Amino acid sequence: MKILIKNGRIIDPSQGIDKTGDILVENGKIAQAGGSIKDKNAKTILAKDKIVAPGFVDMHTHLREPGREEVETIETALSAAVSGGFTTVSAMPNTEPPCDSQAHVKFLLERAAEVKLANILPVGTITKNREGLEMSEMGELRQAGCLAVSDDGDPVADPGLMRIAMEYASMVDLLVISHCEDKALSAEGVMHEGYWSTVLGLKPIPAEAESTIVERDIRLAGLAGARLHIAHVSTAESVEIIKNAKKEGVKVTAEVTPHHFTLSDEALKTFDTNMKVSPPLRSAKDVQALKEGIRDGTIDVIATDHAPHLANEKEKEFDYAPFGMIGLETALPLAVMKLVDEGYLDWPGLIRKLSTRPSEILKYNRGSLEKGAPADIVIIDPAKEWIYTRDRIRSRSSNSPFIGWRMKSAVTDVIVGGKIVLKTAGM
Amino acid sequence: MSTKNTVKWTKKHLLGIEDLSAEEIQLILDHAVGFKEVLERPIPKVPTLRGKTIVNMFCEPSTRTRSSFELAAKRLSADTLNLATASSSFLKGETLKDTARNIEAMKVDMIVMRHACPGAPHFLSGCVGASVINAGDGAHEHPTQALLDVFTIREKLGKVKGLKVSIIGDIAHSRVARSNIWALTKLGAKVTVCGPKTLIPVEIEKMGVRATYDVKEALSGADVLNMLRIQLERQKRPLFPSIREYVREFGINSRLLEKHAKKEVMIMHPGPINRGVELSQDVADGEYSVILNQVTNGVAVRMAVLFLLGHVKKEQVGEQHKKMMKNKLTIP
Repeated sequence: MKILIKNGRIIDPSQGIDKTGDILVENGKIAQAGGSIKDKNAKTILAKDKIVAPGFVDMHTHLREPGREEVETIETALSAAVSGGFTTVSAMPNTEPPCDSQAHVKFLLERAAEVKLANILPVGTITKNREGLEMSEMGELRQAGCLAVSDDGDPVADPGLMRIAMEYASMVDLLVISHCEDKALSAEGVMHEGYWSTVLGLKPIPAEAESTIVERDIRLAGLAGARLHIAHVSTAESVEIIKNAKKEGVKVTAEVTPHHFTLSDEALKTFDTNMKVSPPLRSAKDVQALKEGIRDGTIDVIATDHAPHLANEKEKEFDYAPFGMIGLETALPLAVMKLVDEGYLDWPGLIRKLSTRPSEILKYNRGSLEKGAPADIVIIDPAKEWIYTRDRIRSRSSNSPFIGWRMKSAVTDVIVGGKIVLKTAGM
Repeated sequence: MSTKNTVKWTKKHLLGIEDLSAEEIQLILDHAVGFKEVLERPIPKVPTLRGKTIVNMFCEPSTRTRSSFELAAKRLSADTLNLATASSSFLKGETLKDTARNIEAMKVDMIVMRHACPGAPHFLSGCVGASVINAGDGAHEHPTQALLDVFTIREKLGKVKGLKVSIIGDIAHSRVARSNIWALTKLGAKVTVCGPKTLIPVEIEKMGVRATYDVKEALSGADVLNMLRIQLERQKRPLFPSIREYVREFGINSRLLEKHAKKEVMIMHPGPINRGVELSQDVADGEYSVILNQVTNGVAVRMAVLFLLGHVKKEQVGEQHKKMMKNKLTIP
């Protein structure tokens, strides 16, 4: 099948391109990009006033399959992903059972092929069974198709083990994604330690629960010669540490979630459990530091940490509700409203954070519209205004504090592997 | 102590002091004066909430607060229902939401809730139609305690504005401290919080108080001391080395008061007292202790709260009150 995308603003930071033009897709690949293209046999998508970019690559998604299919299946998650403009999701391995074997990796790849929506990049565990005691068979995981490993949901608490695991991971060229949290410091905390935790009387999680382990993991990565990626950075202190480490030449990269750059801890005064996340929403000062870090490149990537939970799990006393919110379908508009419109990023900068950098960091052959590249493309109406309502949600769960929000900017078409997987006629 | 307060009560729930205005607090206190008088009658009862059903949903242990609310409701002629969750379907895994909605299906008007989790009454108010009164939600707020505390101060000292009040103890885990901080600062008192550094939460000065780890500083010049109980059951990892050390550094006894405090400093405590820990026996039972007055006032204040919330839809709250005060019940 041939697809011709006409007159869009093509933004491809991997090639330094930001120019109006056409793109021709053929046999699952980019056949031609730029300039004026004519092809009578191609299915035409009119992209005037729209942005045409490499499909977004989420470095942090929680699929609940296998194990908790009632919360989210691979199908519902990938449906949510494409609706948000994501053509690849990195599946975090804290499923039941966790992803620590080639059988599991292959299962995920096969399911993605069956569902035929977005790609899944399985992330393997750092430790066997994600127990934090022994290294997983990372060589096998690499061969089966993983590009990264993580014990996300938990840190690797034992620094000796983390050091060894980092050395081994670097030997098989796996990215180590770290959930940086010292559980002894976060203890039973449920929100950021600051003025608001003092007012609300909720048990606090100090910023240092994150920053001390960010520091630790950066030092260990330096020692081990490993590529380290810090998951869901939430504090000003962490941004500072990462900035200094990059100056020293440490191979560290970092991501921030849309909820962390959109909401601060004050939002918890309603006790809405959809705002209960790990790491927690931080102070206004931290939010500002995250946005500055995004602006100056200390933060490389925007990742969703999409974490579905059922209504009956979340509709509880704040202390008892699980941590997490969904995010695949709201990432783009929140980034546009809070970063692009507020002057922290321009559109090419945003595409860099959502598509280019994630692909570079994962060493994944996507995030580019160069000739011959796999055709994973997202078409965006940058000015479209819409309201995020419950009935629009494609995820099986609806644990989002953004329901009812006015959103700006919408994904209108998505192509994965040269096939159209999302086409919105109008909203 | 009547007032020309023209504020009307419009809130359906009482979830905390943080969202009350000074005028709303005064309104409750003024009504409580009238109800305290009712409590002194031979038949201490008024019919104002007859026909209303009030549920006490106590998911945490309580002596004072629960009895106080139950008496308050009965004095107002309401029907009461006590739900002690230790012996309820909570143990069968029934959620808070389901429990509440089931109770509400039996047509109740108000739910008085005490719970270990901050925000539980807020959550409840979102899933039931009844009025919700917070009787203590974890470390967050205990509004009726703060109301009876400021009522007691106003009654004994004639005012709250300008007074120096020191709250001493485990501030971090105390809902009594938080609610008192709001009530006292809104009414113009100068508040000092005092305790071990590990029991004073971060950035508390932003609530409008002074924080000190030196008990002598907290005593100096204070008009009122509100002593908090060390909450042993709320601490997973001990935040101070021993009770012995706490008593030595922060325990209030008559020698310490003689040396550093005003002679007539008023001693308050929400109860239950750890005798010999935060307060010595002689101070707890001493001349300037108003601890038992607090308990008496608690019933009156809770009557005021139940009354105001019970009539929140009615326009003529003032008229209701006047009528009620005239018709005293007598045995036929």
